[in-house]
Amino acid sequence: MGFTSYDPEGFFDEMFESVGRPRPSALRLMQKIQSLPEGELRKRQQAAEGALLAKGVTFSVYGDQAGIERIFPFDTVPRLVEVSDWDRIERGLRQRIMALNAFVDDIYHDQKILKDGVLPKELVYSSKGFLPPCMGLTPPKRIWCHVSGIDLVRDRDGTIYVLEDNLRCPSGVAYVLGNRRLMKSTFPELFDAFRVRPVDDYPSRLLETLHYLSNVPTPSAVILTPGIYNSAYFEHSFLAQQMGVELVEGSDLVVVDGSVQMRTTRGFQRVDVIYRRINDECLDPQAFSPDSVLGVPGLMEVYRQGRVALANAPGTGIADDKVIYAYVPKIIKFYLGEEPILPNVPTYICDDPQDRDYVLSNLDKLVVKVASESGGYGMMIGPYATQREREECAERIKADPRNYLAQPTLSLSRVPCIVGDHFEGRHVDLRPYILYGKDIYITPGGLTRVALTKGSLVVNSSQGGGSKDTWVLSKGAIPGGGSPDQSC
Amino acid sequence: MLSRVASGIYWMNRYIERAENDARFIEVNLNLTLDLPEETVEQWEPLIMTSGDQDLFRAQFRDATPENVIFFLAADAKNPNSILSCLYAARENARSVQEVISSEMWEQVNRFCLTVKDGVSSGLVKQNPHRFFTEVKQASHLFVGITDATMSHGEGWHFSRLGRLLERADKTSRILDVKYFFVLPSVRDVGTSLDDIQWAALLKSASALEMYRKRYGRIAPQQVAEFLILAPEFPRAIQYCLTKAADSLHGISGSETGGYQNVAEKRLGQLHAELAYAGIEEIMSGGLHEFLDRFQTKLNHVGEAIAETFFTLRPVKTTLLQQEEQ
Repeated sequence: MGFTSYDPEGFFDEMFESVGRPRPSALRLMQKIQSLPEGELRKRQQAAEGALLAKGVTFSVYGDQAGIERIFPFDTVPRLVEVSDWDRIERGLRQRIMALNAFVDDIYHDQKILKDGVLPKELVYSSKGFLPPCMGLTPPKRIWCHVSGIDLVRDRDGTIYVLEDNLRCPSGVAYVLGNRRLMKSTFPELFDAFRVRPVDDYPSRLLETLHYLSNVPTPSAVILTPGIYNSAYFEHSFLAQQMGVELVEGSDLVVVDGSVQMRTTRGFQRVDVIYRRINDECLDPQAFSPDSVLGVPGLMEVYRQGRVALANAPGTGIADDKVIYAYVPKIIKFYLGEEPILPNVPTYICDDPQDRDYVLSNLDKLVVKVASESGGYGMMIGPYATQREREECAERIKADPRNYLAQPTLSLSRVPCIVGDHFEGRHVDLRPYILYGKDIYITPGGLTRVALTKGSLVVNSSQGGGSKDTWVLSKGAIPGGGSPDQSC
Repeated sequence: MLSRVASGIYWMNRYIERAENDARFIEVNLNLTLDLPEETVEQWEPLIMTSGDQDLFRAQFRDATPENVIFFLAADAKNPNSILSCLYAARENARSVQEVISSEMWEQVNRFCLTVKDGVSSGLVKQNPHRFFTEVKQASHLFVGITDATMSHGEGWHFSRLGRLLERADKTSRILDVKYFFVLPSVRDVGTSLDDIQWAALLKSASALEMYRKRYGRIAPQQVAEFLILAPEFPRAIQYCLTKAADSLHGISGSETGGYQNVAEKRLGQLHAELAYAGIEEIMSGGLHEFLDRFQTKLNHVGEAIAETFFTLRPVKTTLLQQEEQ
């Protein structure tokens, strides 16, 4: 299988400058892959898929026993991120997460940013992510966003944009670790040839981040999961195993004598830090949604008294509201006095009459998103939608403008993927994970999600996306070309 | 260890052992089919009678034909104790304790489940039942071996063994009970080679024929019963199962064997002692079937006591029932 006829087709390709011309940083990798004996790549791709099935890294509808189990598709050609790009991304994410954390803290305390009129008050109060019970709350070390995933995309001209902030329960990091392990067992020789920055220390960094939140000498940390039917359950379980902490469900926890305790075979045991993977409103039926069966009654009161730490803190949803997103450049400027290092995608807010008129008359060019949704749900991609879909979308916008925003349709960058017996370009994004504890740690690389359907721009796993291992090479390890001729 | 996790490990093991024993049940008859003289009729009804699920069977099927019985015990998603259902349940439990067990164990449960699923959907169960049920037994043995070799022999492992051996004790008692329901063509056939063949089939399906021969040589009903109930060293014998289960129960609480600290230890200790002091003559004179029936009831009480002691920190009746049916 070769790249000779691989054609970026006018898109920005992460690995190729033009037909048959790999980018300098990708040259050696492309040569390595091309030097595999005929059929070898596909064989290894199949071996990798078999391993995923055996490990049970599958999607399935559990209620349906006869349901076919599908693995989360994995493409074995890694995606490279250039060192220079990565430096800027890292600085940009650090800046962004610090500003967003300061923003959340401000919103639930003095609201300076609202008083100064940088952000309209109504926007905050009308956001589903704003939780009035969190007013006045000060989480340990004043950190709210301990674990975040920020989605980045690259447009046709090569600009890297922030597409979306995920500050509540971002998932996918287990795939970053899983993909790397799979790659190491599938292509050990590649790791000998390249100095790829490791991602394997994520679980220990996460545990450090969690421990940092408690003042107890040896804190007991747990992961709180909604249970085995949650689509990210594999990840919850994987992280618990890797960190050596208990994976608990709401019913395992109970508030006794002013602290959170778990039910064990030897009685109750105290819990100091909860990395919760259930939504804010499910945390505590007494504080939020009374009909939630997932949470722990009385948890919020213990949290308020500082007798248990939660990661992420409840209330962070205000900062990843898709409309608030449009204001993040201003938020960065307000709290840090800096210009944003990573730009936002231009965003039209349907609540603003002028923007709304523009959106309604340009629906065929724009991507329309629902402010309160994630996972690609409710999204309308104008250029690919039918006339009828666009009309329906217009009706929804008019009925509830606060809940909609629109962005120009970006030509997401592409990478080569194995399609049958050759390579074809597929659109990708990138989600690095950010841990905010004593320091800020960013996974070198992150999750590259691939829209596996030809031409599709939707990379979400719930909508037919797959993933790739993502490589950031160590500095000074930029592989030089093996041949003077850069074609391959 | 979290109560929910302990319960998950315990049930994962019970379900896997249950699946293995479903295969053994069916093998009783598969063995007989190979060994019996041609003119004798196959009897599948007894398997249903002893499974404890006869009502469920009757609700779906009229006749205990070989096809119906094999389907019901192996592939029926509506039977919560079929091999297929057991593997789904085992995997579900395994998934809920995946971070506590070794990844090798998890992968084996997952592979086991996929094997059974494929066996059912590809028709292997029907076309080549011998191969399918052999695969089921081997996958279960592999799981037990992996558990022993890759998991710390601490609390979780003890819950594994406890679940597995209680389930096995129950199922060995049921395999033995199958003979009670087998009909001999006439009274004259008692003690004949036909009778022997049936007893031998039971031993074979409990993987006990060879070990029995080493101990007793000739097939004799009372000795077969003695071996499967009271042998202290044969790993599928009831007595052996209870001894090791009691060891694990004490391993969990850290208390000395011989006494008790909780109701689970008490009930299991009582049952174990009863068996230890019961001679086979006494058991046979009171009726083997009646003895096995009473034993199964008492064993259920042990299971309930375990749930009450370890899995429900505040014992509530309804939760207890749920746990038992999980």
